[in-house]
Amino acid sequence: MGSQSEGKAVFDTESAKEVLKELRASFVAGKTKSYEWRVSQLTAILKMLQENEQPIVSALRDDLSKPELESSIFEIGMLRNSCRLALKEMKHWMKPEKAKTSLTTFPSSAEIVSEPLGVVLVISAWNYPFLLSLDPVVGAIAAGNAIVLKPSEIAPASSSLLAKLVADYMDGSCIKVVEGAVPETSALLEQKWDKIFYTGNGRIARIVMTAAAKHLTPVVLELGGKSPVIVDSDIDLKVATRRIIAGKWACNNGQACISPDYIITTKDNAVKLVDSFKCELEQFYGKNPLDSKDLSCIVNSNHFDRLLKLLDEDKVSSKIAHGGERDETNLKIAPTILLDVPKNSLIMKEEIFGPLLPIIVVDKVEESFDVIKSCGGKPLAAYLFTKNKKLTGKFVAEVSAGGLVVNDTTVHLAEHNLPFGGVGDSGMGSYHGKFSFDAFSHKKAVLYRGLGGDASLRYPPYTPGKLRLLQALLSGSILRIIRALLGW
Amino acid sequence: MASEGEKKAVFDAESVVKELRASFAAGTTKSYEWRSTQLNAMLKMMEENEPLIIAALRDDLSKPELESSIYEIAMVKSSCRMALKKMKQWMMPEKAKTSLITFPSSAEIVPEPLGVVLVISAWNYPFLLSLDPVVGAIAAGNAVVLKPSEISPATSSLLARLAADYLDHSCIKVIEGAVPETAALLEQKWDKILYTGNGRIARTVMAAAAKHLTPVVLELGGKCPVIVDSDINLQVATRRIIAGKWGCNNGQACVSPDYIITPKNYAQKLIDSLKCELERFYGKNPLESKDLSRIVNSSHFARLSKLLDEDKVSSKIIHGGERDKANLKIAPTILLDVPQDSLIMTEEIFGPLLPIILVDKVEDSFDVINSSGTRPLAAYLFTNDKKLKKKFIATVSAGGLVVNDTTVHLAEPTLPFGGVGDSGTGAYHGKFSFDTFSHKKAVLCRGFAGDAFVRYPPYSRGKIRLLKALFDGSFLGIIRALIGWSNSKS
Repeated sequence: MGSQSEGKAVFDTESAKEVLKELRASFVAGKTKSYEWRVSQLTAILKMLQENEQPIVSALRDDLSKPELESSIFEIGMLRNSCRLALKEMKHWMKPEKAKTSLTTFPSSAEIVSEPLGVVLVISAWNYPFLLSLDPVVGAIAAGNAIVLKPSEIAPASSSLLAKLVADYMDGSCIKVVEGAVPETSALLEQKWDKIFYTGNGRIARIVMTAAAKHLTPVVLELGGKSPVIVDSDIDLKVATRRIIAGKWACNNGQACISPDYIITTKDNAVKLVDSFKCELEQFYGKNPLDSKDLSCIVNSNHFDRLLKLLDEDKVSSKIAHGGERDETNLKIAPTILLDVPKNSLIMKEEIFGPLLPIIVVDKVEESFDVIKSCGGKPLAAYLFTKNKKLTGKFVAEVSAGGLVVNDTTVHLAEHNLPFGGVGDSGMGSYHGKFSFDAFSHKKAVLYRGLGGDASLRYPPYTPGKLRLLQALLSGSILRIIRALLGW
Repeated sequence: MASEGEKKAVFDAESVVKELRASFAAGTTKSYEWRSTQLNAMLKMMEENEPLIIAALRDDLSKPELESSIYEIAMVKSSCRMALKKMKQWMMPEKAKTSLITFPSSAEIVPEPLGVVLVISAWNYPFLLSLDPVVGAIAAGNAVVLKPSEISPATSSLLARLAADYLDHSCIKVIEGAVPETAALLEQKWDKILYTGNGRIARTVMAAAAKHLTPVVLELGGKCPVIVDSDINLQVATRRIIAGKWGCNNGQACVSPDYIITPKNYAQKLIDSLKCELERFYGKNPLESKDLSRIVNSSHFARLSKLLDEDKVSSKIIHGGERDKANLKIAPTILLDVPQDSLIMTEEIFGPLLPIILVDKVEDSFDVINSSGTRPLAAYLFTNDKKLKKKFIATVSAGGLVVNDTTVHLAEPTLPFGGVGDSGTGAYHGKFSFDTFSHKKAVLCRGFAGDAFVRYPPYSRGKIRLLKALFDGSFLGIIRALIGWSNSKS
């Protein structure tokens, strides 16, 4: 069995094999396939969230000092929506989809049948430890799979609470939480899964995919990148600023995969923008943001040091236009804005994932697109604030990212009719809504024929006449078919 | 630059990719016109060179003209025509409904090309399996490198020449070669790799892709079983099995029936029918029939001979078994009741040998299939029994299933063609080809009006209540929260 808390036996390759064996047996026995089982598990998750909101909010406060509103809405609220949507739509999602057939196989009928992949592994991240653990699990359950969830050890209170709650509320013969760090994750990755869903960074993603390759296991990789925000002039600056702040500092203090990473705006607009930020930031967080209860902390001292390194780099530290205050004991960094940092600085090369917001300045707003392209890989999200329809059109046509939002930040995450996932370095595959169900399903093609009416054209001995007729049939041209038939 | 005939001393894969990336970045492949031009050029290429293509396939595989013309060329033409017909529609953004959470807003899903993609093809349908994925890649607006299989050299060489003559070589290139060239290509960063072939190489491809986080489609194979029930039109069933086996490149096809499972008391009838139809199709001396592909090369000939000559297997041959080593021919061969642990029952056969496994009841077939622990690319069932059909669909996991025929699902572009588990990942054909070479970009548009103050700090109980109600989508909850009453449901 998986270790469920600190102090239990070591979880090694043998343990991982045992876990997989048990889950496979459950899957083969058909436990996870029935609609009733899936409903019971999703309902159990809802109950679990309902009855444990306070412990969850507490764990998130322990791990991240995450404010209650963010925990309640962006983790628990989002999860409840996922469950409810799956419960509502699952019957419909599970139905085979009819497919039209052509003359080639006439008479025939066809459909595409969704079936579970089998036993899947979900590896979660530390920044939204509940959401990013259970949201993929919801999809895996809805699609009828058995699951191992490996939460991030960098959010230990959440990891431990997840392990306890899943054991208490869910079907332990089909859904397990395995806690741990590198050794446990490696042991899990050695096994043969039917799918691996990983949320995190590009370096580990490569390790995950390489391990998956040994077993030909398909993967979904939800990564990150530098999500840019282009701010045009002649817009409602107050609303734009607020929405950027909401996506940056009000999303786990910038530690979110789709948080605005940096801003691009024109020279003329830059000062106005900085002033607007200063004004709204004070409204939101007061004069001493280090004392605000509405900001998450930096998750640990590693990341704290990493962020300071970005801030303290030569030629960068002098560009701080606002903020920069830090509290090492409490792992806090105040909302910080930098203006016009060098493009080759660390802060512009790496994904920031923290409360630092550089502003890059261009002459004309259209130059933003080149800045984005030169900034390395395709990001998970990109944002544009504008009233200019042409600029919007160009943005959508030219900027490649997982997802785009015009005149807001991050909210596309909450729209379950939109696939959520990256492209290139920001990831592969997607989920949310039906996309979650699809990510954990195999779409099996099924063709039905009868045994009457046989087309001897296919059969040897091959003759020129058969060839002509078959060519005519495949061309779909009635005239050609008639000609071939007559010339027969 | 691509080597088009003789292999150069050092193959510079990096500059090939660089050139294609520049073409892609310049926007050359994105326009509808470019895609349309290339697909039309491909059609013209096939129309003007059919005899040459057939000749190359005859050189490489002794493939009969009908199979080359229909199962390779006509299939690619169909793909091109469908893409030309549907591409505008496929390229259109798809509207997506938005919810109260982002109201007011509008959203759509916009397909965009992935960029520069690599297609690695196989030797058994060297024309189809090279160009069919390329059709999808072009339709989706990508630049493409095609690496045909060196095991079918005449086709590889012809593809390189025709692509250079007919297609836009600043965006579409054919790279010929073997392991060194493929390895050089796999070191590069692609935006997608579509590989058709076997599981061993597939692992190498995916591991190389992992270094660059390149998504892959792997079209592999497996042992495709055929369950034959009793009380059916045996003549039609037998003919369709033969067509899918020996009529498909002499069993060297990823979806060829690999082995049969049938009830003990039906086996003899089935065998008699197979013998009868085989003679009708290929005559008394099938080694001399012009309607059978040969075995592709001596490696595979030796591999298949080894399967046949294994102890406890060679004695199970009940039909055929004749070979002609000089001409790389093996006659259609049927074996009855080979041991489950024999090589011929553990490996994918990919040749003209057809073992028949016996069961007591036809329902036992599902256990035989599932006991292998791997999921094949295709599975087939011949029956008139509705309940058995249902059980088959529900129990057997494979890339695709066909009831009462073999292999033909390949020709239906509305069905995704791909494997699951060991038989592969991803799918293509029809719109699935377009989708597999596209990124589906989510786009959400809002205006500046109606700003929801509830999102913003400073956070408060009231804001939490209101947001909860908003997320719940409950109007009543929202109203209550707005009026400041506590919502008992939250």
